[in-house]
Amino acid sequence: MTEPILTFANVSKSFKEICALEEINFSINQGEFLALIGPSGCGKSTVLRLASGLEKQTTGEIDLLTKKVGYVFQDANLMPWRTVRKNIGLLAELEKFDREKIKKKTDEVLKLVGLEEFANHYPIALSGGMKMRASLARSLVLDPELFLFDEPFGALDLITRGRLNVELMQLYTSKKFTSLFVTHSVEEALFLSSRVFVFSGRPGKIKGEFKVPFDYPRDPKIRYSSVFAKLSGKVGKILEDYS
Amino acid sequence: MLRSYLYRLIPPILVLLFVVGIHYYITYGVLEPTRRFLLPPPHSIIYEGFFVPKHRDEIFRALLLTTKVSIIGLGIACLIGFFTALLMSQAKWLERSLYPWAVFTQTVPILALVPIIGFWFGFNITARIIVVVIISIFPIIINTLTGLLGASRDLHDLLTLHKASRWTRATKLMIPYALPDLFTGLRTSAGLAIIGSIVGDFFFGRGSPGLGMLLKVYGSRLRTEELLSATIVACLLGVFVFWSFSYIGRKMVGHWSEAWSS
Repeated sequence: MTEPILTFANVSKSFKEICALEEINFSINQGEFLALIGPSGCGKSTVLRLASGLEKQTTGEIDLLTKKVGYVFQDANLMPWRTVRKNIGLLAELEKFDREKIKKKTDEVLKLVGLEEFANHYPIALSGGMKMRASLARSLVLDPELFLFDEPFGALDLITRGRLNVELMQLYTSKKFTSLFVTHSVEEALFLSSRVFVFSGRPGKIKGEFKVPFDYPRDPKIRYSSVFAKLSGKVGKILEDYS
Repeated sequence: MLRSYLYRLIPPILVLLFVVGIHYYITYGVLEPTRRFLLPPPHSIIYEGFFVPKHRDEIFRALLLTTKVSIIGLGIACLIGFFTALLMSQAKWLERSLYPWAVFTQTVPILALVPIIGFWFGFNITARIIVVVIISIFPIIINTLTGLLGASRDLHDLLTLHKASRWTRATKLMIPYALPDLFTGLRTSAGLAIIGSIVGDFFFGRGSPGLGMLLKVYGSRLRTEELLSATIVACLLGVFVFWSFSYIGRKMVGHWSEAWSS
């Protein structure tokens, strides 16, 4: 058994007087896909900000074994003055990759997310789904070992969202990056992850943990299976009880 | 294409015709012949101002000088304004220290400053440029600052995660993000620069004459035709500068900025 790539031990976080997270304990193993689900304002995003080091916890220990962390936000946050290609190369530039390597990696991920044709377009010309793919690609360039997803598909319409879920699942199946995925959507959480943590409303606490018994790659149709429905009923119940 | 041009041109031309009509009506219908010098008819304004060679050359030379002063002043205001805004964007305390003084440039009664500027810098082109800078710098500072501070927290976080230096943050995120706002500021300031140049000229009243001084001379001598033609030229200069900066803005950032695209 390898050591967990990320561990939270008794982590609490308060902003001024307000307690956002209380006594959070969990760990993620290498290659695992973990979803955090909970009502809005429960501090799920704070978990990601703590994991990435953007915020410091008030008490407790956070152990992160890798420096290669990718962060994907709810908004695509592309730079409108850069073409898709230049946007995707941004982080590689910040990490001072040489030009050749940036180009090679950029080409690779453009293909992976299916945006080759739009490489020289500006974000103003992209749909919401394409922007999100570009945003994902921007992080993929650095081959992160841990991916933090902060409701990445929350702003998209349902059809696009469903499609991007499938694409992300396929990407995960081939790359096996460890993922911590924050979402409001029970369906999304269950379809993508191998484990789901359910958070209560403020202060955020972990109220339930579910294993998702499907192998990767997952067939999009599992979302209509009875096992899936039962599980989502259970998760939904806890969500309702504690929000 | 042609149609859309026509659609755009016809309404303002109709307004022009309407105004010219009223103008003629006042000149010939309202004013008695002895008081007609108060508002000479449009054709004699055009004739006196643009077809009498002496007047035309006078106005043209003044226009060149005014344009030169405005452009140089605007250029300097742009540089100083941009760097002031950049400085202000780097720390909250800097912003708080400089903001009131930026507002000050906007509220100071320029008329009171004109004599002082004259005493210090003489009454030549330098003094007029200084007036232009003072009058036109505020919109550049404020718009640029808004832009510099406008990038989303997420993008800042992304740069933080990758240990971007202050320099990288400024050049890769804040400055490009501020460009559309900088151009908005420039466009506003361009009109002010011309006003500044004319006002400076008007009150210095010495050295080679720009449009401001001509307006003063024509006004005091009741040369209404020339006064109005010089006014028209001043307005056209303003419109031209405004359009130029709109054009430059569209060319520079129109391909990516929603505010400037088409």
